[in-house]
Amino acid sequence: MSVMSYRDQFAAFSSNGGGAGPAWLPALRQRAFDRFSALGFPTTRDEDFHYTSVAAIAETTFKPVRGTEPTTDLTALAPYLVDAGFNRLVFVNGRFARELSSFAALPVEVSITTLTDAIANDAGFVQEHLASLADIDGNAFAALNTAFVTDGVVVRLPADCVVDTPLHIMWVADSAASGASIFPRVLIAAGRHSKMAVIESFVGLGGSGYLTNAVTEVRLDDGAYIEHYKVQREATDAYHVATVQAMQAKDTVFHQFSYATGARLSRSNIYTKLGAPGGEGRLNGLYMLAGDQHCDHQTYVHHADEHTASRELYKGILDDSSRGVFNGKVLVDPIAQKTDGKQTNHALLLSDTAKIDSKPQLEIFADDVRCTHGATVGRLDDTLLFYLKSRGIGKETARALLTYAFACEALDTIEVDALRESLEALAFEQFNVATVS
Amino acid sequence: MTLLSVTDLHATVADTEILKGISLTVNPGEVHAIMGPNGSGKSTFAQILAGHPAYEVTGGDIVYKGESILEDEPEVRAQKGIFLAFQYPVEIPGVTNAYFLRSAYNEIRKANGQEEIDPMDFLDIMAEKLKIVDMDPAMVNRAVNSGFSGGAKKRNEILQMAVLEPTLAILDETDSGLDIDALRIVAEGVNKLKRADRSTIVVTHYQRLLNYIVPDFVHVLADGRIVKSGGKDLALELEAKGYDWLLEGASA
Repeated sequence: MSVMSYRDQFAAFSSNGGGAGPAWLPALRQRAFDRFSALGFPTTRDEDFHYTSVAAIAETTFKPVRGTEPTTDLTALAPYLVDAGFNRLVFVNGRFARELSSFAALPVEVSITTLTDAIANDAGFVQEHLASLADIDGNAFAALNTAFVTDGVVVRLPADCVVDTPLHIMWVADSAASGASIFPRVLIAAGRHSKMAVIESFVGLGGSGYLTNAVTEVRLDDGAYIEHYKVQREATDAYHVATVQAMQAKDTVFHQFSYATGARLSRSNIYTKLGAPGGEGRLNGLYMLAGDQHCDHQTYVHHADEHTASRELYKGILDDSSRGVFNGKVLVDPIAQKTDGKQTNHALLLSDTAKIDSKPQLEIFADDVRCTHGATVGRLDDTLLFYLKSRGIGKETARALLTYAFACEALDTIEVDALRESLEALAFEQFNVATVS
Repeated sequence: MTLLSVTDLHATVADTEILKGISLTVNPGEVHAIMGPNGSGKSTFAQILAGHPAYEVTGGDIVYKGESILEDEPEVRAQKGIFLAFQYPVEIPGVTNAYFLRSAYNEIRKANGQEEIDPMDFLDIMAEKLKIVDMDPAMVNRAVNSGFSGGAKKRNEILQMAVLEPTLAILDETDSGLDIDALRIVAEGVNKLKRADRSTIVVTHYQRLLNYIVPDFVHVLADGRIVKSGGKDLALELEAKGYDWLLEGASA
């Protein structure tokens, strides 16, 4: 039914700008749309969506964003900037907002452009990389994103290029996005021994009931070190689906952190393939939920060669009737001897009606590997509480401090100081602890 | 006036009786050492004085400054001046020592009708107290015990004690796991905090610590009871003869 409504939208989109560009692009869109049509939206009968129903998304007809001028300005963005000195690309309702963006601290050899510009000026590169990693054949949301993709970011890091200042890509949904769908798209190609941190923020600034459906593809050449931080602070009645897919060459580090506090329903797929020896995937995250929010993370680490490593630490804090899902998949190919994998998921339930489904999923086809996983679900530890109380700190403050400390253990893995500090401050605020000094 | 009076204290954990009638009187300014073999109940006793919720007091009373504190929550006991230095201090990631201690300090002040102190003035107090335990001032901005070595955690306990200035300090095996240098620093810290109106209960397995913190009284705990009390010489005797001779006497 809703797949039908997308058919009309896709027809309109194709005849109205969406069909433009080099010939391969409409062909890619068409292929992606055909796959989406064939797949349909996943249901809870699909193993990958067993704990998460996306019926609310499937049954809603999200419209294209209306072509009004964005109302967002820098003042409204200020609380979400992390650090005003970061290189910044701002998109409002999926469209690039040049006047809100800033590239002051970017080395000249780095190429950061909008997807629109890259298609116009660097078409060969985009053709080679767009949808080369994300699975548009099997992932209906990634297919839908690819069919409707309008703008986004293309980052090309040349070999040996080390960028000290992080890039902050902000996806803002303001009131013009209400009831609409937005399709953010990011391509990162990191050359040999390059290094950079990229933050993607998803921010609700007045929009309601919209759908963000994002895809980020990251290709790391030998020795590259890429940090990717996803900061999901959508409106609390919004829907958010995102796929991050990395492909790692030899001796690479891909460090992904997923922070999630927004959206009524969110699903984040964080996937990486360790395709050559020496690669390390670090997938960490923190989700803090309240009300009736539902937040699902699926991580997937594919150890496809020997001597690869993965580290995962996810923490969740769930209040009220919120529900969290963590599904950590690890696949170790027969060739991937000496794989070293560790996965941990800890959830803290602050109310009797909050719920977490934690499902590690290890498929190991090599015999000389070390793979561990651990999960805990629970309430605040009595010994910890006693420690704080024995220092004169009252129960409520003690609980707040310990909840904050629980969050900090995950946030500690963030390598960008300003980001870690700002997320710590948010967590601090959330748990009503007095202002830190 | 007596500071602490424990009478015929019985306590259980998960229906197992751990303390089987302990009586102890501590006057202002006194240092009491509680020794005993593993499993004698000495750590349990220390934790019960501070109000650990895992234990249930099934008989007897704990009277502190003339009032029973059995019904008091741990934070209320702390606000009244009782401090427990933990055998295994916990880690609190993300919360700095400075913030944590100022929160504790101000809650105790508030409960005693005193004004809260602002962060700048508190840093001055911290700077002063750091010297007592010979700690690096940078520790003030580190998360509480997070990634600290065993020795640094114990030293941090004494720093907290120095800041909170308890009337009754209880040290629960503070010496365990410490090398001799760390032990000396910790003991000197405790000694510097001694005053005529403050008392200390030192729970320890070894006599070694008592070379540095000299007790006025030594009590030997075995199977949930005090089986022998004496002066500081008793500790030396225990060091030489072990606990067995007392245990035989207790069961005879």
